[in-house]
Amino acid sequence: MKILAVDSSGLVASVAVVQDENLLGEFTVNYKKTHSQTLLPMLDEMAKMIELDLQTLDAIAVAQGPGSFTGLRIGSATVKGLALALEKPIVGIPTVDALAYNLCGHRDVVCPLMDARRGQAYTGLYQFEGNRMQILKEQCAVDIHTILTAINEIGRPAVFLGDGVPVFAPFIEEQLQVPWTFAPPHLNKQRAGAVAALARQYYTEGKAVCAAEHKPEYLRLSQAERERMERGHV
Amino acid sequence: MNQQQGIRILAIETSCDETAAAVVVDGREVRSNIIFSQIALHTLYGGVVPEIASRKHIEKINQVITEALQKAEMTLDDIDAIGVTYGPGLVGALLVGVAEAKAIGYAKGIPLIGVHHIEGHISANYIEDKDLEPPFLCLIVSGGHTHLVHVLDYGSYAILGRTMDDAAGEAFDKVARAIGLGYPGGPKIESVARRGRSDAIAFPRASIAGEGYHFSFSGMKSAVLNYLNSCQMKREAIVQEDVAASFQQAVIDVLTGNVIRALEETGVKKFALAGGVASNQTLRNALAAVCGCRDVAFYCPSPALCTDNAAMIGAAAYYNYRAGVRSGLDLNAVPNLKLGER
Repeated sequence: MKILAVDSSGLVASVAVVQDENLLGEFTVNYKKTHSQTLLPMLDEMAKMIELDLQTLDAIAVAQGPGSFTGLRIGSATVKGLALALEKPIVGIPTVDALAYNLCGHRDVVCPLMDARRGQAYTGLYQFEGNRMQILKEQCAVDIHTILTAINEIGRPAVFLGDGVPVFAPFIEEQLQVPWTFAPPHLNKQRAGAVAALARQYYTEGKAVCAAEHKPEYLRLSQAERERMERGHV
Repeated sequence: MNQQQGIRILAIETSCDETAAAVVVDGREVRSNIIFSQIALHTLYGGVVPEIASRKHIEKINQVITEALQKAEMTLDDIDAIGVTYGPGLVGALLVGVAEAKAIGYAKGIPLIGVHHIEGHISANYIEDKDLEPPFLCLIVSGGHTHLVHVLDYGSYAILGRTMDDAAGEAFDKVARAIGLGYPGGPKIESVARRGRSDAIAFPRASIAGEGYHFSFSGMKSAVLNYLNSCQMKREAIVQEDVAASFQQAVIDVLTGNVIRALEETGVKKFALAGGVASNQTLRNALAAVCGCRDVAFYCPSPALCTDNAAMIGAAAYYNYRAGVRSGLDLNAVPNLKLGER
């Protein structure tokens, strides 16, 4: 089984190809946020290096959200275009799940943190039994205090990762009552390799959709819709 | 590519609130022109909401492209090039079309051509009138743009004038909202204006000092708002029909004024109208009359080709394709792209 994966949900742009138990190639850049200019040239570079024949792919995976709205759509439109042209299915992977999967095998409670602005984090809670990931709290957009309280209630050591870590570190220091660590640089941001690895499982479970059906999962309404609802419209 | 069957271009347009795809052969023959309009969605908010537009584009784009290919009875294997609007427009909306077009082109090895949205509007005239060739003068009026352009050759433009503030269509939208007609303003004002007197209220016709053929509509819009305010203060009834008709006439006078001057000073004998506001029949009639009495040939696309669509992008892409223009995998959306820039 061969899967191409794309993640442009945050500051990192990343593409990868996983075949069965091997990561054939991965190109990850955490430099400037111009995903629309970098993502496809990165895919092209990687594809050349590993002599990838796009027709041999079984599926195309993407970090489906949450994340930067625009970043998600760049990734989404890219895989929708590829999948339409190649007639391949799309596997949408929850962004926070894929982030957590970077720390596959870790003994602590894994807590990815993405800065969702407006005082919130895109986050979730995970644990591993060997290589098997269990979801303790599904990905969500919540106040940082809510997720830290949930970790305190579990009462076990925690490991944090994601581009929200620098933003929320002061709150962790202030509020967390269990031992904690931060993941190291090579594991602490979005990696398309993790998206592809998780996608193998999703694909096997029949969770792939056709290209037209796929759309991002923002976990949030647009500002205009939110304000309209707040004014009492349904 | 198969020369006998012509150059077949798949075009994609997502610069504002229409998700559109089309297949155009040799720049003039439309095989399909599919548009998913979001107008109903944005009407709730009194105008286009960029984030909602972008979200809808990503949901609809594959369906629209597939329909365009099916209606044209083609597959991607029959396509010689992909044209896509990369500016100007709403950046989030443009990015959906650009990323999608790049990915399809990359996966199938099809050349990609980034197209300027206004160049698309101008090129709608090539579809409508198979014999139209440059040079000609073109007035592009829409919700986002008001440009008077001398089309020197395919892909070669001299901008004679543009709006210094609001676009003409934007002024229509704002005035429509002020007199309680809602969005989209253009068609609603025109419909109400038919029952009003265009000489009822004398709104100012702004002319821009200096050389060139620039436009200004914000003063006129403010004059309408001031008029409405003063009526309310004086407790005088506002005759919606008269306001609409008088405002519309003022806009048309400003547009035709510059067109007349440009036709006389350049001596060009062909004039084309384009853009969403070009579907306003009163404006079309006025400009047709201006051209008629000056022995200038008048061109104007049918309303379906005036509003945003992908067929016009396919027409523009074709002439760029012939000129050897190709875009790379790093093509980006450029929200304030200038006409004639790359």
